[in-house]
Amino acid sequence: MDAVIIPFHQAAKTDKMTNHDQKSPQQPVNRSPKERLYQLGDIIFENVTRFFAFLVLATLIAILISLVITSMPSLKAFGFGFLFSDDWDPVREQFGAMIPIYGTLVSSLIAMLIAVPISFGIAVFLTEMAPNWLKRPLGTAIELLAAIPSIIYGMWGLFVFTPVFSEYVQPLIIGTLGNIPGIGALFQGPPMGIGMLTAGIILAIMVIPFISAVMRDVFELVPAVLKESAYGLGATTWEVVWKVVLPYTKTGVVGGIMLGLGRALGETMAVTFVIGNAQRFSTSLLAPGNSIASSLANEFSEAVGDLYTSSLIELGLILFLITTIVLAIAKMMLLRLGRMEGAAS
Amino acid sequence: MNAQNQPADPNLVLVVRDLNFYYGKFHAIKNVSMDIQSNKVTAFIGPSGCGKSTLLRTFNRLHDLYPQNRATGKILLDGKNVLHSKSDPTMLRARVGMVFQKPTPFPMSIYDNIAFGVKLYENLKSSEMDERVEWALTKAALWNEVKDKLKQSGNGLSGGQQQRLCIARSIAIKPEVILLDEPCSALDPISTAHIEELIHEIKTDYTVVIVTHNMQQAARVSDFTAYMYLGELIEFDQTDKIFTKPNQKATEDYITGKFG
Repeated sequence: MDAVIIPFHQAAKTDKMTNHDQKSPQQPVNRSPKERLYQLGDIIFENVTRFFAFLVLATLIAILISLVITSMPSLKAFGFGFLFSDDWDPVREQFGAMIPIYGTLVSSLIAMLIAVPISFGIAVFLTEMAPNWLKRPLGTAIELLAAIPSIIYGMWGLFVFTPVFSEYVQPLIIGTLGNIPGIGALFQGPPMGIGMLTAGIILAIMVIPFISAVMRDVFELVPAVLKESAYGLGATTWEVVWKVVLPYTKTGVVGGIMLGLGRALGETMAVTFVIGNAQRFSTSLLAPGNSIASSLANEFSEAVGDLYTSSLIELGLILFLITTIVLAIAKMMLLRLGRMEGAAS
Repeated sequence: MNAQNQPADPNLVLVVRDLNFYYGKFHAIKNVSMDIQSNKVTAFIGPSGCGKSTLLRTFNRLHDLYPQNRATGKILLDGKNVLHSKSDPTMLRARVGMVFQKPTPFPMSIYDNIAFGVKLYENLKSSEMDERVEWALTKAALWNEVKDKLKQSGNGLSGGQQQRLCIARSIAIKPEVILLDEPCSALDPISTAHIEELIHEIKTDYTVVIVTHNMQQAARVSDFTAYMYLGELIEFDQTDKIFTKPNQKATEDYITGKFG
C-alpha cells in the first residue's frame, strides 16, 4: 500500500512546484516577471483578508470603549449602586438598573425553562424516532422559525397571543398556582396579558429553533454503535437518550442552551411589545416589567440630559457584558466537546 | 416441519428456520436454517458482506432500530419466535446479549457501565449491586485490573480492557446467549488472546455465537462453524470437520485461502 502512496505523494509535490501560485521562502529566487506578479497578488490578498479579520476585533473593542466613555457621567454619579437601585426617575435624574436587569434575567430564565425541555424533545424526536421522510421537512420547518423577524413575533405576541392568554390562561394560573403559599406570589395580580411571563413565553418560542438545532446536531455525533450497545442490553429509547446520548453530548447540549440564552438576553423588539415596559418592581410574573433592551428601545429617543443618556448607555454596557459572558461560556463548552471528539477517535 | 409446536430440544438454544433478511430491497440473508447448541461456541465465517454480522444482529433484533430493515422466517428461542411482532425486543435483549466490533464503553464510570444494564431489569440493593459488578468483572477477567478505579471513566481503559468491560456488561445481566460481532478485530494480539481465553471460560455458563474474520480464531475458539457466502449458509458443522474435511468445495476453497 505504502509503496503506491509514496510516489503518488511525490508526484503531487513536484506538480505543485511547477505551479506558480505557491510561495515558499526556501526556493532559490529566480522568478519570471509573471511569477513575481502572482507573488505580489498573494501578499496583497493575505494582508487584505487579515485587515478584515482584525477589523471585527477592532470594532468589538471600539464599541466597548465608546460604551464605557459615554456612560462615564452615570458611572461617576451612581457607581456600583447603579446595579442595585430600583429608582428610575428622569425628573429627579435618579437612575438605577435593578429593574431592567431583573427583567432581562427573569424573562430569559422563564424562556429557558420552557424552551430547553421542548427543544430536547424536538431533538430526540428528530434524531431517534422520526421516520426518514419526516426528518428533513420537520427539521427545516423548525429552522425556519429562526428566520421570522423578531418584530413579527412581537406583533403576534401582542395582538394574538396576549388577548387569548389574558382571557383564558392567566385567570386559570391565578386561580390555581396563585393560591399556593410561597410560589403563589409569583402568580398574582390582574390578568393583563402583557408582562414578564408573556415575554418569557414569546422568547421561548424564538429560541427553540436555535437550541433544538444545536441539540440535534450534537445528538447526531453520538456513534451509532454506542447507541446500539445500549439498545443491545435491552434499553428503551428513553433510557438510551437519557443515560447514554445525553451524558455523551452534555457539553454540546449546555453550549446550545447558552447560545439560546445569549439570544434571549439581547432580544429587543419582541420583548418590548409584550413585557409592559413598567419601571416598577413586582414579585408577580404576570405584572408588567422591563428589560434592558426594551428600556433602551423605548427611552433612548426621548432621553434629555447627559445623565439620562449616559445611564441608558450604561444599561447597554451591562447587557453587552452579560451576553458576552454567556456566549464566552457557550464557546468554551463547545470547544471542549470538539476536543473530546478528537480524543475519542 | 412444525417447529413452532415441537417440544424445545434442551440442547438447542436458538433454532433458525427459513430466515430471510432485507436491507430495503437488498436481499442480505437467503433462506438460512440452523440450530445453535447451548453451552457451545458457534462461529460464523465468510468474506466481507456475506451476511454473517447481519445474521448475528437478527438474533437480538438489533435490525429493528432501522425502519427499512425487514426479516422473515423464524428464530426460535425456547420454542418462541423472537421475530414475531408481538415479542418484546427489550426482553429478548436481556436474554441475548451483544458485544460489538469496536469497544463501546458508555460515557460513565466503570462501575456504572456494568450497573447500567442490570438496573434496566433488576432493582438491587447497593451491596447486591456491588457484588454483581465484582462478579461480572471477575468473569470477564478484568476485576484485578480495575478494582481500584471503579469510579473512573470507562474511556480511560485500554482497547482490550474496554472490550472486556463490554463483555462484563453483557454478562452482568445474565443472558443465555452472548453474541460477539468480531470482538477482536480492533485489538492487539495479547488482548485478543485474553478475549479468546475468556470465551473458553464463559461457555460453561453461556452459549456464545461469534462472528470473525479470522479463520484461525474460529478454529481456536469454536465448537461449530458456519461458512456463509453471499447471504447463503454454505456449510454448518462441527469446527473440526469444517476445517479438516469440509463437504462443500466452496468451504474448502475459502478455508485454504484459494478464495476470499
